[in-house]
Amino acid sequence: MGEFLLVTIQVDMHDRLALTLQDDLTTRISETGARGVLIDISSLETVDSFIGRMLGNIASMSRVMDAETVVVGMQPEVAITLVELGLSLPGVRTALNVERGMDLLRDSRRQRAEGKR
Amino acid sequence: MAVLQTELVPVNSESHVVMVRQTVRARAQELGFTLVDQTKIVTAASELARNTIKHGAGGTLKIEILNEGIKRGLSLTFEDHGPGIPDVALAMKDGYTSGGGLGLGLGGSKRLVNDFHIESQIGQGTKVTIVRWK
Repeated sequence: MGEFLLVTIQVDMHDRLALTLQDDLTTRISETGARGVLIDISSLETVDSFIGRMLGNIASMSRVMDAETVVVGMQPEVAITLVELGLSLPGVRTALNVERGMDLLRDSRRQRAEGKR
Repeated sequence: MAVLQTELVPVNSESHVVMVRQTVRARAQELGFTLVDQTKIVTAASELARNTIKHGAGGTLKIEILNEGIKRGLSLTFEDHGPGIPDVALAMKDGYTSGGGLGLGLGGSKRLVNDFHIESQIGQGTKVTIVRWK
């Protein structure tokens, strides 16, 4: 995906697998020099506090590595449940789908480039 | 209130958390829960199953299908024989954590269901029951 990494989560992850993803992703950002990460969770039927925390961690870690994270495709019932659970994913940018997520990443790259000039 | 069906699921390891989510999802679907209600009870179950493993050193989940008048409900009881919770009111508060998590497990689960009941005794263990009615 050009300068962006696309991660699609398609299975119901157990906790250790979620942590592995977190580690793998930071390694990949470092290897590829990606400037953005899109995490597609449209196939995820549940996001509990553990997965929510993982998404927050990925966003923080990638930010430290100069890459931005956008979580895309959250199902409406997952969004409703997350908010009632008390998790609002602070620091995690979200978009409705992959396309809009890409736009968001491109826009913020452009803005940053202009800011530096 | 009648119990129409009972089953026991082990809650001892991380892979059991996934199994709990899948089993609870299947029962909620069989009961005809809406997608939102399915997701709520499955998420609450996921939080409580993780508590059982992390804080209670493992235990069991009893799944019951309830019938009250024309209402049907899904009741989940997580029971462990771990150290117990010294201050239940404190543990229910958002942001309180002893396990390095986000501290949303108990309080958050309570918000996702219709009934919530917790009993805990030091040195004996903890029992949490949640019910979602259709």
